[in-house]
Amino acid sequence: MKFTWFHLMPWPHMPDDFRQKHRSVWVDLPSRMYEPELGHIAYHQYLDQLEYAEQVGFDGIGVNEHHANAYGLMPSPNIMAATLTRRTSKAALVVLGNSIALYNPPLRVAEEFAMLDVLSGGRLVAGFPVGTSMDTNYAYGTIPALTREKYAEAHDLIRKAWAADEPFAFNGRYTKLRYVNCWPKPIQKVPPIFIPGGGSVETYDFCLDNTYSYSYLSYSGYLRAKLLMEGYWKRVAERKVDESPYRAGFAQVICVADTDAEAEKLYWPHVNYFYNRCLHVYPGFADAPGYRTVKTIQTGALSQFTQAAARDYPNMSWKDLLDGRYVVAGSPETVRQQMEELIKTLRVGNIFCLMHVGNMPNDKVRHSTRLFAEKVMPHLRNLWPEWKNHDDRFWMHPMNEPVPLKVAAE
Amino acid sequence: MKARFLTLKPSGIRIEVTEAGKGRDLLYLHGAGGHMPADPLIAALATKYRVVAPLLPGYGQSTGEDGLRDMLDIALHGLDVLDALRLRKPIVVGHSMGGMIAAEMAAIARTEVANLCLLAPAGLWLDDHPIGDIFSKLPYELPGLLFHDAEAGGRLLAPGGDMNDPEFLKQFLVMNARRLGMAGKMLFPIPDRGLGQRLQRIAAKTLIVWGAEDVLIPPIYGRAFKKAISKSKLIRIAKAGHAVGQEKPAAVLKAIREFF
Repeated sequence: MKFTWFHLMPWPHMPDDFRQKHRSVWVDLPSRMYEPELGHIAYHQYLDQLEYAEQVGFDGIGVNEHHANAYGLMPSPNIMAATLTRRTSKAALVVLGNSIALYNPPLRVAEEFAMLDVLSGGRLVAGFPVGTSMDTNYAYGTIPALTREKYAEAHDLIRKAWAADEPFAFNGRYTKLRYVNCWPKPIQKVPPIFIPGGGSVETYDFCLDNTYSYSYLSYSGYLRAKLLMEGYWKRVAERKVDESPYRAGFAQVICVADTDAEAEKLYWPHVNYFYNRCLHVYPGFADAPGYRTVKTIQTGALSQFTQAAARDYPNMSWKDLLDGRYVVAGSPETVRQQMEELIKTLRVGNIFCLMHVGNMPNDKVRHSTRLFAEKVMPHLRNLWPEWKNHDDRFWMHPMNEPVPLKVAAE
Repeated sequence: MKARFLTLKPSGIRIEVTEAGKGRDLLYLHGAGGHMPADPLIAALATKYRVVAPLLPGYGQSTGEDGLRDMLDIALHGLDVLDALRLRKPIVVGHSMGGMIAAEMAAIARTEVANLCLLAPAGLWLDDHPIGDIFSKLPYELPGLLFHDAEAGGRLLAPGGDMNDPEFLKQFLVMNARRLGMAGKMLFPIPDRGLGQRLQRIAAKTLIVWGAEDVLIPPIYGRAFKKAISKSKLIRIAKAGHAVGQEKPAAVLKAIREFF
């Protein structure tokens, strides 16, 4: 198993009447709500938490990209990952990822990911999401029905740029470059690539064609994810490729305390903040017409945020969220049991652990993280013995002897 | 109203065409919402004209939308349709997005489109008068955006289904994705693809019609179109919103009859 400690970096200062006052946490939330000096504190706490996750033994630390929102404050995850390259030395840097259709030219992603891979000594795990509709269409203006085609072309350009050792010309529909010449180049040649998906068959095939790991980033827990992941594994079987669990990953909100009762006491306000403020997306922004293919809609796959809008989060209690396994929370033993069930049910080798939740303060984040690392993670390590708990195709390949890092004061 | 199908050469695109009425040929290009059920404007126009109303790929049973990506593709597609329909000196009427397409067609094919009627056309952008974002609207918000009388407009749009029924919702989402997915190629995120710099090419005799109460594309845009098209006349229709033709079909018919 590979455990990645994943940070969304939400804005932790949304007021109690946020839902009443604002229709959406994304796209049209006035930015006057953002206070830069509080943002300074939040960013550094969040980066410290990611560094702490490496110290206590997580395999990876993760960041991602979002725009015009208070749900996740990383328009540029690469800037965050760059700071982490200097203060960490073992964990994979899981950038999940860059919304490649949004970069102009998308060659920028090939370059910046190469920089991160070189800086980190080959520790990059690269994600290529299409991006949410809020980000890609509403905040960044990509025409919904052309988003997938633009994405596919950007992917093609990035892979060619990494593969080529000489300049070449790229005549795409959306990007035309006479001289594609990627300096620097990644240490890993092609870093392992994770694709966040939401249930479209096209994305399953894209992952299988390219040996990319399929990542389902859900907030509704593993019981609801079962159907989707079964669809993926069915496709894997149809395509007659191996069934390595590392072909798949899942994101899970996890809160660990000494006892089940303590978990509720410590974490419920922050879980509530996450589900009722961070996920409060206006349904009109969740899925621009044309963003999803007709085929995908016909399979019944709704966007994560359309589902969130349809759910009655304001009336869901801690017990409801736990019983439905939206959240895995409780004592180390409770969490271990449920995580084992999750991992086996979904057949996933990668877990993206969401352990900073909503507006959770630093001490609680560290408490939960440490308990998970010390009392849960060791018991989940050996769930895929037939794969020796590792699949080289879907994890980083760091260089053997990276330069020992020194802090400026030395 | 009758539906028939037409296969275009050389693109091979197959489109659905609604036809109604007798008289002088009139080509009607619909807006982003497509034809309304028993479309009141088509019905009114059909009392005096032979109305030929093709559906844009992505709408109804017209296909081929994947091959149409930008404004030039779509304007040329419109001219292919005009050509294939073999109409005689038609009045080309376009509403909203259809008006944007009609204006582009007239700017490109200056002699083929000689009579043009633009009903609250899209295609321009004035910073001081931003046009609303139709793409993020929920179905229940549309009547108020498109009609002066939202209640009557809601009945005309007649979604006729329950959004809480998963099967209906899926069908609605598929239809919406196809239609507005296509419309987005012209209108998303800002409905301006450079028409402003081509309007002066239009040589057609042009009637511009605007609902006085249009809250989606404010009537001030009518003046901008009037100013840019040399042989044009602008009229405003009282107590009408953006769907001016569907809300006041008789008044729009009268204006067209008087002008052409």
